[in-house]
Amino acid sequence: MPVDIKNFLTHFFVTGYPLIYGADASIILATVAILFVLTYFKKWKWLWTEWLTTVDHKKIGIMYLIAALLMMFRGGVDAILMRTQLMLPNMHFLGPQHYNEIFTTHGTLMILFVAMPFIFALFNIVVPLQIGARDVAFPYLNAISFWLFFFAALLLNLSFVIGGSPDAGWSSYPPLAGAEFDKGPGENYYLLSLQITGIGSMATGINFLVTILKMRAPGLTLMRLPLFTWSVVGACILIIVSFPALTAALALLLIDRVAGAHFFTMLAGGMPMMYVNLFWIWGHPEVYIVVLPAFGVFSEVVATFSKKRIFGYTSMVASIMVITVISYFVWVHHFFTMGAGPGVNSFFALATMAIAIPTGVKVFNWLFTMYRGRIRITAPMLWTLGFIPNFAIGGATGVLLAVAPADYQYHNSYFLIAHFHQVLIGGTIYGMLAGMYYWWPKMFGHRLSEGLAKHAFWWFNLGFYICFMPQYALGLMGMTRRIYTYPKGLGWGPYNFIATVGAYMMAIGFVLIVANVVYSAFYGERDTTGDIWDARTLEWSLPSPAPHYNFAVIPHVDRRDAWWVMKQERKEGKTTLDLQQEPIRPIHMPNNSGRPFILGVCFFTVGFGFAFSWYALVVLGFLAVAVLLLVRSFEYEDSHYIPVEEIKETEAAYGRL
Amino acid sequence: MATTEESLHIPSHSRSKPLEYSTEDGALRIFGFWVFLVTDMLLFSCFFATYAVLYRHISTGPTPSAIFDVRGYTAETLILLTSSFTSGIATYEMRRQNKSGLITWTIITLLLGLSFIGLEVSEFWSDVVSGATMQTSAFLSAFFTLVGTHGCHVSFGIIWITSVLIQVIRRGITPVTSRKVFITSLYWHFLDVVWVFLFTVVYMIGGMY
Ligand code: HEM
Ligand SMILES: [Cu+2]
Repeated sequence: MPVDIKNFLTHFFVTGYPLIYGADASIILATVAILFVLTYFKKWKWLWTEWLTTVDHKKIGIMYLIAALLMMFRGGVDAILMRTQLMLPNMHFLGPQHYNEIFTTHGTLMILFVAMPFIFALFNIVVPLQIGARDVAFPYLNAISFWLFFFAALLLNLSFVIGGSPDAGWSSYPPLAGAEFDKGPGENYYLLSLQITGIGSMATGINFLVTILKMRAPGLTLMRLPLFTWSVVGACILIIVSFPALTAALALLLIDRVAGAHFFTMLAGGMPMMYVNLFWIWGHPEVYIVVLPAFGVFSEVVATFSKKRIFGYTSMVASIMVITVISYFVWVHHFFTMGAGPGVNSFFALATMAIAIPTGVKVFNWLFTMYRGRIRITAPMLWTLGFIPNFAIGGATGVLLAVAPADYQYHNSYFLIAHFHQVLIGGTIYGMLAGMYYWWPKMFGHRLSEGLAKHAFWWFNLGFYICFMPQYALGLMGMTRRIYTYPKGLGWGPYNFIATVGAYMMAIGFVLIVANVVYSAFYGERDTTGDIWDARTLEWSLPSPAPHYNFAVIPHVDRRDAWWVMKQERKEGKTTLDLQQEPIRPIHMPNNSGRPFILGVCFFTVGFGFAFSWYALVVLGFLAVAVLLLVRSFEYEDSHYIPVEEIKETEAAYGRL
Repeated sequence: MATTEESLHIPSHSRSKPLEYSTEDGALRIFGFWVFLVTDMLLFSCFFATYAVLYRHISTGPTPSAIFDVRGYTAETLILLTSSFTSGIATYEMRRQNKSGLITWTIITLLLGLSFIGLEVSEFWSDVVSGATMQTSAFLSAFFTLVGTHGCHVSFGIIWITSVLIQVIRRGITPVTSRKVFITSLYWHFLDVVWVFLFTVVYMIGGMY
């Protein structure tokens, strides 16, 4: 082989680590297996027409969910690798460079490719059904958002085997992440994949805000909106106001790297603090973007499984909006130690602590809802109950971190690691899992096994405390984050060992969750009623899974907890939402389209081109994007009507006519 | 959900509304576009903030006042403001169902937009040949990025408006085409507003240094 081709190949493909060869092999095996299954069962056409080209929000939601679980697996493997490396002092399991790459991709994946798609999964699956709509405002755009996210995730994951992963931390601060100190393609991969998925997220934010503001069923006023949907309003507003800052930060850093500009270099007048500010103007709201929907889930779950209406509805709505506003004004607490001065630090310290108030309001409202309720401890309820102590501890340590002078001690230590995992896992991930168990019957028509769910919960929850509690202590003992190993004799060994055991327990919990998904697909209890939990909001008035047009007849809403009210009225003999009463009309639906998928491929091409500075690819990708946009602009036949007979047939098959 | 049978969706009470708002779909998309403009405005705000922080960081390069060409940017300003005005007239003609008026004023708008881009490109070009590139200083990085992003938006707008113009020529003024004209004109006015800030912050305030 000529030397330059060999040189190229060894740089193009990551070589030298046994773990990477393992990854190569498993990627190839998994791909071959998928191709084989699709071909063997002749599922290609089905895959394309039913999934890849779909604009149905429910299917898009399911695809988000699958992607989020897959990425959680990848991010979880990273976590396990890191914890294994830190289990004992002076370990040689991972090298320093490899460790840097792993914590970077772990953090990036968990925030942007696990938490985000997980909340978007629930947005898509739940919101239109909860507000009595047949679709989101812009279904085609919704599909584009999904495919941008999907291909961005692919791009970031590819970096592991092709070219090398980013290694400057998930926050990617320059000048460390600048061209001078970080040559390889890894950092470019980071910038491009986040940029691409960020555009998709921004579109999702716009889409769902417009959907909720403009497409509610008649009578469903804002103050009758289910609390999950309210939390989506808060999250969407935050997405809309914060993601542009991420777009700007990433774009400027990319320009620095590929065009040799001087925004953030130490030379020619650049100013790295500019990046840190822009990044956290997005980064802090981002944690509320992912936690607000979790709060929404808890509100639904607590009300349903306590058989009571939520306590303090108005204060719940108010607290969501207060959190939305305040969380936009606290970003500096991420760099108290970087020399902003006492005035600035005090302002941001106080603003940060202020968030504890509305959050406390919510926690108390959940507790008051449960008080004297007829509580059923189901899987969604377990995760909700598990969340409360987590958030109490995580919130308390958060307030400690917000004490600016004290932060000089904890900053960038394991105390911080323990804190943010406590709120991110204990808040977002618990909330999303609760939501997944809760709405699973609505998505698939069967529920997940309660027995397996309980095992999974206890493994995960106990493992969680065993993993992260020692890390508070480690932080106070001086162990800093992002170190790949530590010497003997500091007293850190036992704590790290315990933490690693906890991480393995969480891994078992995750495996049990996935096992449950597989098991229940075959043996799970079928939901024939559509309202398996005896719940309160409109999505449960539909069959499980809902027909593709959602509502044959759009419901009229005159109270909060509309579906609960309808059920009560039905019991009293007054029937509402009776299909015979209202005439069924043809339903206007958007057509499927393969273009969103292809658009994702084009953006992937652009990203890949940038990663290696192959500008021909970049230009090609952009041209293709432009063509696709033009084609869309000239498209007029993009929707159809479902005829009345078809609707009647479908409804009759569900036994509703 | 654009449709050929848009008329089915015109509720009787809304016939008095402008055509572009007459369908549910049209109103939805226009509202969505307003929200999009919020995100775009925030993106520009970030670049403005960057410029405001960096415009004195000239390193060994030229100062803002040394490279700004007063006649050039004044001409650009006048041209862009005028094009916003002509785009407004185009919308007015659309509301009056005057197809040829709409087409004429749109073409004038496009020509003005093109000449704006031409001037901007020549301004950038003369900076670059005089050695003032993005790589020279943080100030120039910020300048080219901020002004260039606006320029990219204008160029994109020209292509977009052209495609809408073709649709108007082919299909006339319908609920769908009028919506598209209206949205592109919102976009165009928005770029005008951004330019007013560019003019003040970049060229006037920056030019004093
Ligand atoms: C299975 C549970 C998890 C374990 C055992 C775990 C473990 C770790 C470890 C060991 C680190 C590296 C610390 C260092 O060396 O600096 C880390 C960093 C991080 N983790 Fe996790 N993690 C888990 C789940 C999550 C989840 C669910 C999220 C977010 C939703 C998350 C977000 C992050 C972030 C943002 C970082 C910082 C990365 C950086 O420093 O650049 N983790 N995690
Ligand atoms: Cu924060």
